Amino acid sequence: MIAMVDYGVGNLFSLKSSLAHLGLEAVVTADPARLRAADRIILPGVGAFGDAMEKLTATGLVPVIKEEARKKPLLGICLGMQLLFEKSYEYGEHQGLGFVQGEVCPLEPDLKDPALKVPQIGWNALHILRDDPLFQYIQEGEYVYYVHSYYGRHCTASTLAVSDYSIPVTGVVRAGKVYGTQFHPEKSGDTGLRILKAFAEL
Amino acid sequence: MITKRIIPCLDVRNGRVVKGTNFEGIKDVADPVEMARLYNAAGADELVFYDITASFEGRALFTEILTRVASEIFIPLTVGGGIHTLEDFDRVLKCGADKVSVNSGALKNPNLIPAAAQRYGNQCVVLSADVKRVDGQFRVFAKGGREDTGRDALDWIAWAVDHGAGEVCLNSIDTDGVRNGFDLEMLGAVASRVSVPIIASGGAGKKEDFLELFGHKGIDAGLAAGIFHQKLLTIRELKEYLNKNGVEMRL
Repeated sequence: MIAMVDYGVGNLFSLKSSLAHLGLEAVVTADPARLRAADRIILPGVGAFGDAMEKLTATGLVPVIKEEARKKPLLGICLGMQLLFEKSYEYGEHQGLGFVQGEVCPLEPDLKDPALKVPQIGWNALHILRDDPLFQYIQEGEYVYYVHSYYGRHCTASTLAVSDYSIPVTGVVRAGKVYGTQFHPEKSGDTGLRILKAFAEL
Repeated sequence: MITKRIIPCLDVRNGRVVKGTNFEGIKDVADPVEMARLYNAAGADELVFYDITASFEGRALFTEILTRVASEIFIPLTVGGGIHTLEDFDRVLKCGADKVSVNSGALKNPNLIPAAAQRYGNQCVVLSADVKRVDGQFRVFAKGGREDTGRDALDWIAWAVDHGAGEVCLNSIDTDGVRNGFDLEMLGAVASRVSVPIIASGGAGKKEDFLELFGHKGIDAGLAAGIFHQKLLTIRELKEYLNKNGVEMRL
């Protein structure tokens, strides 16, 4: 059973549908007992970091997530990945969950090519830096779908894969059993489904 | 590196896909769910659905179709047509849409754009604008291209982007359905005013038109309907051609 953390952020329709499409049992929940009973956790998220962290904290689930992430695989998606970091500089400075060393910073000032647009919206090739069981069903260079204006920085030790947006943009991170993807696997066609399938088999 | 996107557009009325020329003379093409499957398999980067039904029954049928598509196709889905309120955003997002495109509804009530952006994020709000030349000026038209609002298109689009539209889809009424190429002059004028992704629509007739389009700075995606629906060009064939000619594509 996969538990998707329900903290009132983002649209879970596609994520639920893609897990169902893969034949995986999943539940959207804010119940600590169900997070503890699940064999994996997904932390979704869309929107602004500060607001999302506040809502997550308000559910009282942060200590549960921190404890469970030591025992079972956790996947943060998009903003859910960014929440895994120590801190973010999106509209001020905010503390994150602190699983991944590094910080979340705006893309725009760091881009080498000023003609590139922010947010980055679209399909970009995923370059695998370190092989991992999460990539067991995908090849180097497959395309995944991104929508974001901020990205993970100073996280070399945890970075498994990047995409080129005139700078290497952090695509996949891992710290122990905790994984994060900046892109949306549930919107990345067959490639995304194969990443979710691999996550379910970790 | 990020790819350019190829987006087929499905206009849905009473549960069927239709496509007009110059926004008139609409004729039936096919079943939207079947067509979505076909395009996904052919490599479409996103799908756009416009609900062009006016009736309550037609609207219910549309959301049912959307739910079916979103349950089995895992690429971005944009929905437009009949979006006038935040409740309309809510209705289609709950059925699996990722982005919502606003047009006439935002012209009538511009505050819809900042309100929706604040609730769902800029990435969710696509401004769709029907643009036509009138007296040497680009004007924005409402009601499916039938009504001249008298407003300057460039000013309107710039305002919408400043207030939360995260993407702009530009339909040229002058080139729509003519199949003689995109309206590069109009697209270029908008691209030099706004910095969000631009989706070009109206006028695609052959693969060379897309190559020419992506040769212009600031255009991120090409949208078309008729040439794909009538199988004059397959998405796979188009993407292979563009890739061979130096435009990065997801193949």
